[in-house]
Amino acid sequence: MLDARESAIAVAYIVAAVLFILGLKRLSSPATARSGNRLAAVGMALALSVTLLDRQIVSFWIIAAGTLLGAAIGIYFARTVQMTAMPQMVALFNGMGGGTAALVSVAEYLRLTRGADAAIGTGEATSIVLGTVIGAISFTGSLIAFGKLQEILPGKPLQFPLQRVLNGLILLAMIVIGGAIALHITETSAIWLLFAAALVLGALFVLPIGGGDMPVVISILNSLTGLAAALTGIVLHNQMLVVAGVLVGASGTLLTLLMSTAMNRSVANVLFGAFGATSESAALQATGAVRTVRQTTAEDTAIALAYARSVVVVPGYGLAVAEAQHTVRELATDLEKRGVDVKYAIHPVAGRMPGHMNVLLAEANVPYDQLLEMDQVNGQFAQTDVVLVVGANDVVNPAARDDPSSPIYGMPILDVDRARNVVVLKRSMGHGFAGIDNALFYHDNTRMLFGDARQSLVKIGEALKTA
Amino acid sequence: MSQELVLGIYVFIMAMFVGFEVISRVPSVLHTPLMSGTNAIHGIVILGAMLVAGAADTPLLKILGFVAVVFGAANVFGGFVVTDRMLEMFRKRAPETTVEKKNA
Repeated sequence: MLDARESAIAVAYIVAAVLFILGLKRLSSPATARSGNRLAAVGMALALSVTLLDRQIVSFWIIAAGTLLGAAIGIYFARTVQMTAMPQMVALFNGMGGGTAALVSVAEYLRLTRGADAAIGTGEATSIVLGTVIGAISFTGSLIAFGKLQEILPGKPLQFPLQRVLNGLILLAMIVIGGAIALHITETSAIWLLFAAALVLGALFVLPIGGGDMPVVISILNSLTGLAAALTGIVLHNQMLVVAGVLVGASGTLLTLLMSTAMNRSVANVLFGAFGATSESAALQATGAVRTVRQTTAEDTAIALAYARSVVVVPGYGLAVAEAQHTVRELATDLEKRGVDVKYAIHPVAGRMPGHMNVLLAEANVPYDQLLEMDQVNGQFAQTDVVLVVGANDVVNPAARDDPSSPIYGMPILDVDRARNVVVLKRSMGHGFAGIDNALFYHDNTRMLFGDARQSLVKIGEALKTA
Repeated sequence: MSQELVLGIYVFIMAMFVGFEVISRVPSVLHTPLMSGTNAIHGIVILGAMLVAGAADTPLLKILGFVAVVFGAANVFGGFVVTDRMLEMFRKRAPETTVEKKNA
């Protein structure tokens, strides 16, 4: 039987688990989402407070010092980070969680195996092995993803010879060491070897993945950290921790599947394909004929926009790079005052993480009912007067729909080429992430407006005043 | 297998069904806040770190516990604050108010 204190802790944990689920339920609508996040935070505060009552805890100063330091770092970054830098922020926090789970698993193993009468079952030991490995992979994997998104590391896939062989060998070694730990046929210090191997593998597994595949990678890492947390819960016999971890794991898994479906690629292909490593693809070389693009000016674009009835803006990663979300919103507001209907078309993998464009446009005060998903908007392009493509490339490439020889053939795209006029804002004729030519640029109804996206938008806005 | 391990696996599987059911209702507009919100929730592993740090009796366990608590706290506090900041922007605005703001 549990005594009064233990019962109180157990009940509080149940309440916390319920609050997490209710909080996530409220994320099903933008109107209730904020209260949902706060509900989950209340659950967290409750769970952490009652944990302090646990009799296992004899000293509080390490907890207090660690929490203060961690909270200060976390809150500082959370408050100061730019919305355009959100993908790397999420990656970083995700890595912290993975690191915590791995360290807790290691510490728990060291504690349980002390002394001659080591009381640890194979089931618990297996959970510890998995928690250590998955947490550590998520930790270094997230840090590499952070480095790529922050542009500390090159966004291009980094490859070296025998990479897969090396990864395979590390994985094999981990299985052997992990098995030995689970079956108690090794020294306890082997856990450090396992920990180190998992850290190395985590880094090696994200390094060869290109920047444009980050929506999938971040989702996978998110789900791995959730899984590691759930495994830690099994080791600690804490069911609330299991529930919380699995909720995150489920969310990460669903997003992973959504993202890879939106790219028409399997998860394995994203992880091991090193997509975008070859900058000159077969499809590009195959098109031998010289094709020309038609350039336009900010003034002409302004006139086209001013006399349009409907305009659809298609944002991509270039919008985030140029931090042009506010400028685009100002232009849209001016157009709306002239009676133009303005909508935004969001491709699921536009940007560097799931929902990246939605967050940027929300920051710029774009009402969320103007943001249309691919399925909603694709039927409307034929009736659209002007489509403004701002920093998007592969997600509007008609080759994905029409050209079976294209590497991205089969990927669902936004059918902007069906609109009456398309204006593409682009820095230069460089290729998108997939490294392939974009057939859209050579269409008869497409005009290119070269230059920095934000500056181009500002010029269009100025020209609009006199149009 | 211990009784508690069986219970843990039981809860794991049930929570999986609840998780998929709840998360599949989240619209794509909110995928970034979903990701960063669940990110904060998995920071709950900090409670394992607290137990380790609070019960640590060797320098090694103390260091492990401390680092784990710092990471966990950064994850939890940072995660919830940044998600709140993001969701604050997702309020639906009537067109009139934005126009007023422009003119002001």
